[in-house]
Amino acid sequence: MSRREQTAVPEARFTSYYERPIIKPPTWKMPDVPAYLFLGGVAGTSASLAALADLTGRPALTRVGRLGAALGASLGVGALIHDLGRPSRFLNMLRVFKPTSPLSVGSWILAPFGFLASVSAASEVTGVLPAAGRAAGIGAGVLGPAVSTYTAVLLADTAVPSWHAAYPELPFLFAGSALTSGGGLGVLTVPPAQAGPARRTALAGAVMELAASQRVDQRLGVEGEPYRTGKSAVLLNAGRVLTLAGSAFAVLGPRSRLAGRLAGGAMLAAGICTRLGVFTAGMASAKDPKYTVVPQRERANR
Amino acid sequence: MIEVGQRRMLPMADGHASYPQPQPRVGFFTDTSVCIGCKACEVACKEWNGVPTDVIGSLTGESYDNTSALGANAWRHVAFIEQRVPARQTDPQSPALQPGADGDGLRWLMSSDVCKHCTHAACLDVCPTGSLFRTEFGTVVVQEDICNGCGYCVPACPYGVIDQRPDDGRVFKCTLCYDRLRDGLEPACAKACPTDSIQFGPVDELRERAGQRVAQLHHGGVDEARLYGHDPADGVGGDGAFFLLLDEPEAYGLPPDPVVTTRDLPSMWRHAAAAAVAFAAVVAGSFLGRQPK
Repeated sequence: MSRREQTAVPEARFTSYYERPIIKPPTWKMPDVPAYLFLGGVAGTSASLAALADLTGRPALTRVGRLGAALGASLGVGALIHDLGRPSRFLNMLRVFKPTSPLSVGSWILAPFGFLASVSAASEVTGVLPAAGRAAGIGAGVLGPAVSTYTAVLLADTAVPSWHAAYPELPFLFAGSALTSGGGLGVLTVPPAQAGPARRTALAGAVMELAASQRVDQRLGVEGEPYRTGKSAVLLNAGRVLTLAGSAFAVLGPRSRLAGRLAGGAMLAAGICTRLGVFTAGMASAKDPKYTVVPQRERANR
Repeated sequence: MIEVGQRRMLPMADGHASYPQPQPRVGFFTDTSVCIGCKACEVACKEWNGVPTDVIGSLTGESYDNTSALGANAWRHVAFIEQRVPARQTDPQSPALQPGADGDGLRWLMSSDVCKHCTHAACLDVCPTGSLFRTEFGTVVVQEDICNGCGYCVPACPYGVIDQRPDDGRVFKCTLCYDRLRDGLEPACAKACPTDSIQFGPVDELRERAGQRVAQLHHGGVDEARLYGHDPADGVGGDGAFFLLLDEPEAYGLPPDPVVTTRDLPSMWRHAAAAAVAFAAVVAGSFLGRQPK
């Protein structure tokens, strides 16, 4: 018997009811919800970059950031409304404020964010009311970090084993991914002379994202398996490779327009892959009773 | 410790006590050892609540169970489990525990599952519209005129009870016959149950009765009898609808140790806040370089 066989983790044995899942998988549609996770991250980072770019005299980065924030928020909200079972009732999201519901908290973050980002983008495009545009842009920028991280709590606050078990890491994974994607948009579109902050943001985000996803792989027990296997592993690994490639282009060619385009494109693609990967891993863990039963059985037997 | 004393007299669920005059908390005790698998509960529930049928004509081959699971269109679900076990003296009251004719017997477990009406209900916690609410009876009900079909309650439920009707968009689940309760009637499923496997009543009375029943079964040598969801100290604060089971919960498709996901929510928000601060520091720090000319 080889060493490998001896150290292999035995397949977890568990009882189930005709192998049916215990929890219900989320009804959230593909690609609506992962698309929103990505777009919200791009929008949040773009808004924060735009606000500081505006205050430090970087007009090209300001313009891209404001437009990116408004477009990301609008498309993201559109995806969320499309995902509702009753889209015409989307305003019911603002019927109450409930701190126990991350979706309620998120709606109350996203509504003012979307409004402020749109005002600052409108001012940017038309040149009308620049002071109001700047004030709105700063407001959106302040909300940027919240827009980019609350979605991690949204997923983690469920009975979905792989999302819930990863709740300490997911906010950092999502914040890092948002920084990489949003910074990547700046690196892609802004001339290198003004893209410095976007490039540094994207690189720091890449470090945060890769460290968080590394920790998910190492710390999680059986609930971590869906992140390391199947379609979700392919997506997450593609995200890692694209993040590293984008970072390499950004580091090696800070003054090259071509390197910037390649870096930005790779970083945005990385964000899409990472969000799809996390979403897919959660769905897989919800559909297999193993991920619900095995950790709970271990806990109950303790 | 006055609070503890009051709770013992009137077991409360989250939000239940905020009613000016809350009714006693009611629920179900489902004693699966006397279930005969007649599915009268499923039929009565469908009839009373106008619950639509799902696809007809698909036979699962999973014993007598073609309902398969609770869902938007199945608010009661009778599980059927066939097990080969050594024949032995069992409970003469229980159809599930009759000794087999030959050397080893076929043990047939049947259990009518339902929404647990948790003390700490994740579906209610995460509902962003306030559509899900706690009634004056301590039960959890969806207000269908408010639900916008966001679906957040669906993966939040640790038992996989609530689900969306795809053609309708909204979510549906057991209401514990809220309309009947308000007229002083017991829920349709309990009313229709011919063996009193489904017992309806105030939760404190049901807990007492369940304790007596499990002791009786243990005394009769049915050591595998156990209560499930009765304990106010469990991960959901105890279920309003709890069970007497004859095998591990997961054999019936129930989670062995469910925990309300929102128990960790304060910690989740703290981690998200830390990540948001790190995010802000990264963006601000990236502007510390040289100013453009």
